Amino acid sequence: MSAATIRDGYNFAYLDEQTKRMIRRALLKAVAIPGYQVPFGGREMPMPYGWGTGGMQVTAAVIGADDVLKVIDQGADDTTNAVSIRAFFKDLTGVETTEKTREASLIQTRHRIPEAALQEDQILVYQVPIPEPLRFIEPSEVETRKMHALEDYGVMHVKLYEDIAHFGHIATTYAYPVMVNGRYIMDPSPIPKFDNPKMHQMPALQLFGAGREKRIYAIPPYTDVKSLDFEDHPFEIQQWDESCAICGSHESFLDEVIMDDLGTRSFICSDTDFCRERGPIEESINMPVDTPIDTPIDILRETL
Amino acid sequence: MTLQMTTQLKTQATTQLTAQLKVMIDVQGLSKTFTLHNQGGIQLKVLNNVNLQVNAGECTVLHGESGAGKSTLLRTLYANYLPSQGAINIWHRHEMINLATAHSRLLMEIRKETLGYVSQFLRVIPRVSTLDVVMQPLRERGVCEAESRAKAADLLTQLNIPERLWALAPSTFSGGEQQRVNIARGFIVDYPILLLDEPTASLDQRNSEVVIKLIQQALSRGTAVVGIFHDAVVRESVADHFFDVNREAEPAAVDF
Amino acid sequence: MQSEPLLRVNNLSKLYAPGKGCEEISLDLYPGEVLGIVGESGSGKSTLLTSLSARLEPNAGEVLYRNAKNEWLNLYELPESERRRLLRTEWGVVHQHARDGLRMGVSAGANIGERLMAVGQRHYGNIRKEGLRWMEDVELDVSRIDDKPNTYSGGMQQRLQIARNLVTHPRLVFMDEPTGGLDVSVQARILDLLRTLVRDLNLAVVIVTHDLAVARLLAQRLVVMRHGKIVETGLTDQVLDDPQHPYTQLLVSSVLTP
Repeated sequence: MSAATIRDGYNFAYLDEQTKRMIRRALLKAVAIPGYQVPFGGREMPMPYGWGTGGMQVTAAVIGADDVLKVIDQGADDTTNAVSIRAFFKDLTGVETTEKTREASLIQTRHRIPEAALQEDQILVYQVPIPEPLRFIEPSEVETRKMHALEDYGVMHVKLYEDIAHFGHIATTYAYPVMVNGRYIMDPSPIPKFDNPKMHQMPALQLFGAGREKRIYAIPPYTDVKSLDFEDHPFEIQQWDESCAICGSHESFLDEVIMDDLGTRSFICSDTDFCRERGPIEESINMPVDTPIDTPIDILRETL
Repeated sequence: MTLQMTTQLKTQATTQLTAQLKVMIDVQGLSKTFTLHNQGGIQLKVLNNVNLQVNAGECTVLHGESGAGKSTLLRTLYANYLPSQGAINIWHRHEMINLATAHSRLLMEIRKETLGYVSQFLRVIPRVSTLDVVMQPLRERGVCEAESRAKAADLLTQLNIPERLWALAPSTFSGGEQQRVNIARGFIVDYPILLLDEPTASLDQRNSEVVIKLIQQALSRGTAVVGIFHDAVVRESVADHFFDVNREAEPAAVDF
Repeated sequence: MQSEPLLRVNNLSKLYAPGKGCEEISLDLYPGEVLGIVGESGSGKSTLLTSLSARLEPNAGEVLYRNAKNEWLNLYELPESERRRLLRTEWGVVHQHARDGLRMGVSAGANIGERLMAVGQRHYGNIRKEGLRWMEDVELDVSRIDDKPNTYSGGMQQRLQIARNLVTHPRLVFMDEPTGGLDVSVQARILDLLRTLVRDLNLAVVIVTHDLAVARLLAQRLVVMRHGKIVETGLTDQVLDDPQHPYTQLLVSSVLTP
């Protein structure tokens, strides 16, 4: 770490060392009790709640000078939120940043898990708006903590039951509740349920930070994570008839985009790095060789 | 009959005895005083040292002027009133049980299996159908729906309750109809002991005769019956003994 | 007759302040028995019910329960998880106000199914089938299984609450004024339903009511409470027809009979 790369007057990674130690202690506890929500003394961050203050505090507590940081928002590296947070840490830690999943040692994410399988030496930090999966049915924090302590989880299936009763199938598509290590019911943050299976037995460490609610929880590497379901309505992930209009992928999570005023729609990968890695399909997209690649949407706009 | 003989009876196997000889009710020195705490603690002495035995297959009619305590005695026999003194021994499951000291749990069992009671008034949940009201005692003894229904239908027919009324709640019925429903409910179980409180009070002659027949059938089965009947015809046709209830004097039991 | 009680209460006291709550309560409850607790408001009957049903720790005394495996459990020595497990399996609690006992935000079917899911049933089809069967058993229109309880009338909500409790076939049900806020005509149907269910399922019931007519129709035995203490106990009709204690006499003579 070279001090010159950090903005003057700030500590490394913004938070003071005491705060980072406090958060690390909470993280250790969270790792020791997979899926359990550990309260921590959340600090004010220089951005509003809801912009990922929880995830940023976790990142700030674990980031080191040798880390390579990647920040994604809904899978993309280039949206406002991701760009801001990446710039923030670059400014206050001087660490190297990347958009490539494979190269990153630390990935902070909002609402997605990268398509590329994560490795043992990687850490995935989630930004969490509402950490309590029981909140929808039980407004009292005292009661929900008791319910977790006593494994009083009957109500979780009530939500899924309601889905099937009203829609004929489990209609919950994101923030789909999971059972971690056979003990705690956990809200995986608003990732699409498409990503749920990736959490199961993941080699990388997964950390969750909720800034407004001041809660931290974790899934250690190689932990069982099971999505709740019914025997006759087993858990299923989303599937698309379409494939990515850019890379042609059939196996990634696709975003639907409106192309023009006439409502022409197209589907593209939500994970921009994954899409770029695969490269555009030769036949469908004529990519000008000397033009720098912008975003998949830019490519699409130019080519269609 | 002496207490010694009663004890003897208790020890003998029932099979050795004909039903007619068995003492079913043995009341000893029964007194009942009501204390009205909210009316200056007035004490009403209604029963004083009553002694009464009733055998299986026999009908004892309680006798006495109005207010003598006939109903009080009958209700005390059903454990509806608590005795102030004395013992009420009831033959239940091969032994004599004293109602005055029995636990309420045992009293419930005795009422379910041994003691039947037909009161003057029908007290049931509103809006429950007549057929269900009549079936209920059988259902509570665990008899199946179909059998209970059949027996209830048979009794209601005998008592001239038209079938079109069976599905209706009895609360809308006339006094006589309600009483007949009550009788059907009381006779649906073959209780070893039956207590009848003016079952024919508001019945016409035709229906009174049906009740007489039902009582006689019960007696021939070996049921011990204790009743209050104002109707002389009914009284004469079922009574084996009369028992004078008189609150002033020492009651003189009719010799059996 | 089963000779061993299901619930045994020894010298139970729960006092919020002197004379407020219940004091030195002892009673036994047997399988298949309906025990009524009567008394005026403030007599401590609801406090007693809450304490009996493992939801309010007493200051003194004990509540023993004989579970389905025939083991005697001392309720307040059990871990809370075990008490909660009892409350959603072998026991039921029917509240006076249905909204205290129902989840108003989810459908009737989910309300009935919740206890099944809580004890680990994970087959949607079976849970739904059971929900429909119970809707029928408590005389609710099965086509309304997906409606939320706040679209139901008071009597329907109460029936739904009963179904929700009975779906796991409890052995013991606690009821606090189950017909309290209902129209008289609706009351009668609920009473009839309860009585039928009690008989058919061989339920033991502790029912708190200030309505002596309800007590007479449902309860076989009665406990009369005043100032937190039991003043009289006995067969229901005996207590009501030949009350011994001055307070019971006052209570019985104060009832309006139409």
